[in-house]
Amino acid sequence: MVNYTEGQRVGRYGRFGGQYVPETLMTALIELENAYEDAICDPMFLDEVNYYLKDYVGRETPLYFAERLTKELGGAQIYLKREDLNHTGAHKINNTIGQALLAKRMGKKKIVAETGAGQHGVATATVCALFDLECVVFMGKEDVRRQELNVFRMELLGAKVVSVDQGSSTLKDAVNEALRYWVSNVEDTHYILGSALGPHPFPKIVRDFQRVIGLETRRQILEKVGKLPDAVVACVGGGSNAIGMFHPFVEDEVVTLYGVEAGGSGISTGLHAAAVTGGKEGVLHGSYMYILQDDNGFIQEAHSISAGLDYPGVGPEHSYLHDIGRVKYTSVTDSEALEGLQLLSRKEGIIPALESAHAIYFATELAKEMSREEILVICLSGRGDKDVQTVRDALGVNDNG
Amino acid sequence: MTMAKAKLLNAIQSVNAHGDKAFVPYIMAGDGGLKTLKSKILFLQAAGVTAIELGIPFSDPVADGPTIQKAGERALADGITLRSILQELETFYKEVSVPLVLMTYYNPLINYGLEKFAEVCDKLGIAGLIVPDVPLEESELLKSLLIKTDVALVQLVSLTSSPERMEKIVAAGEGFIYAVTVNGITGVRDRFDDQLEKHLKQLKDISPVPILAGFGISTLEQVRTVGSLADGVIVGSAIVEAFHRTELEKINELIEASKKVLK
Repeated sequence: MVNYTEGQRVGRYGRFGGQYVPETLMTALIELENAYEDAICDPMFLDEVNYYLKDYVGRETPLYFAERLTKELGGAQIYLKREDLNHTGAHKINNTIGQALLAKRMGKKKIVAETGAGQHGVATATVCALFDLECVVFMGKEDVRRQELNVFRMELLGAKVVSVDQGSSTLKDAVNEALRYWVSNVEDTHYILGSALGPHPFPKIVRDFQRVIGLETRRQILEKVGKLPDAVVACVGGGSNAIGMFHPFVEDEVVTLYGVEAGGSGISTGLHAAAVTGGKEGVLHGSYMYILQDDNGFIQEAHSISAGLDYPGVGPEHSYLHDIGRVKYTSVTDSEALEGLQLLSRKEGIIPALESAHAIYFATELAKEMSREEILVICLSGRGDKDVQTVRDALGVNDNG
Repeated sequence: MTMAKAKLLNAIQSVNAHGDKAFVPYIMAGDGGLKTLKSKILFLQAAGVTAIELGIPFSDPVADGPTIQKAGERALADGITLRSILQELETFYKEVSVPLVLMTYYNPLINYGLEKFAEVCDKLGIAGLIVPDVPLEESELLKSLLIKTDVALVQLVSLTSSPERMEKIVAAGEGFIYAVTVNGITGVRDRFDDQLEKHLKQLKDISPVPILAGFGISTLEQVRTVGSLADGVIVGSAIVEAFHRTELEKINELIEASKKVLK
């Protein structure tokens, strides 16, 4: 594994990362780290992960040349990494497959997870059904209300969904509650964190299981066009699809990397989820990273039309990649993301997830500035089926229309 | 000349020297209004507690159970912050003789400025600091900033801490060791793990500073059983709830009765 971006201390990315958790969890984190380091040196374990990624998830996913979109914009040649074609409809399952197999290997019988919109919850409930693990998912009360179909999906898969009404009743509070549950059940339970966040070793584990996105992309683009892409674009909430896509390209200096955060109603309105663009450094959920917070260090609520980006922090490795200038972070507003979603739907017959639509909008603007010889890859992290209702409401389409 | 970090340690040891166990109540600063802070502290001081753990409200208190979460939410709704609490303490700290131990999550400290925080704590005579989301591995920075002060950086040990970790944590311990008595968060419990007795005994055997047990201790029976195994107890949720309901007599009874059972 490439450790280019990791600092001198294990679990640190420059000054970011670390393990800011109650002592009760430290032994579990150390146990997890040891089990993980052991597992990734075991060819049998890697074979097992790869077997499920191929035959169950459906990898590898295509790298698709978006010809009509390219022509429409008249600039760079646009390729889409089709993570939307994975089983369960997004990249999230790359990580949950890996972590569930790791939990089994550690002899853990129960899984706890948090979820915002429900995508990570569904991906976790899915692998728990697959591997016969007991599953509890914490979800903010607001999100339970907004995403009742995903709640039902998780229940169909055999998971128990617990509605969280502490704090602001959103994703960050669901993480708090999942952490509290883990502290109380640490002996027999593994916490499957859904993004490249949290205390070490989670950001590393999630990144490593998501690296398959970037590794495949790198090989596929070399096969198709014989050179590396000039630009790679991915959306960033906590940052798991982006870190998985970027990491195999970090040492390729010819490849410019762009992380697109959720600009919500606009950065200047304060109603956004852009932790790099509009936040400052601090500690949340076990990690030192960029966070949306007020002048007293209280964590602020994130705002985005896309529930998957609606988190007030960005993972420690992204925080570091921003600081060293290797990845350029920018933001796209709710209404721009909706434009991106409609454009891709009409030009390519692909309805992207609202999360991915942020990357698409920024990439289309970028493509126009690039030459026709240049190559641009977008990580299409998920499909938009889950968002159809939200999009319909946002576009003000008449129910009878 | 007083030894560095001695204030907290001395208070506990002198109680223990009289054959009593230490009794440390937890209160949420700003719950019920910032103006009640002084009266609560002076009330507990007069009631004869060994030290007071003063919780600072935070938006994301992952180590706390429902009672303390709610107290924190009430304080936050009143606009209480670390800054306003420290300002309020400044108005009456000279009347406080009982050691105060601040319990706060890390992010408000980072935001306030760690160096400035250490200076203000020192000035206000704060005896100890507990940061539940800063385990031993991450405590170096805070420890180095507090090194010239009399503020003890209290370390927590949990039931899940391995013997090797316990050795390391205890060696770094200042003031007292906070022995977390349950796998879980703060709040009322029906019963404790069977391993607790063995765990506390192990800790006492290796620790140069006193062992105070906390988390989930709320009844006289629990104070008696857990107290007998340690050098003292910390009672949180039960005290917070009693203050919230303005049942001061209940607090008095709890403290008084606790002292009796602890003798």
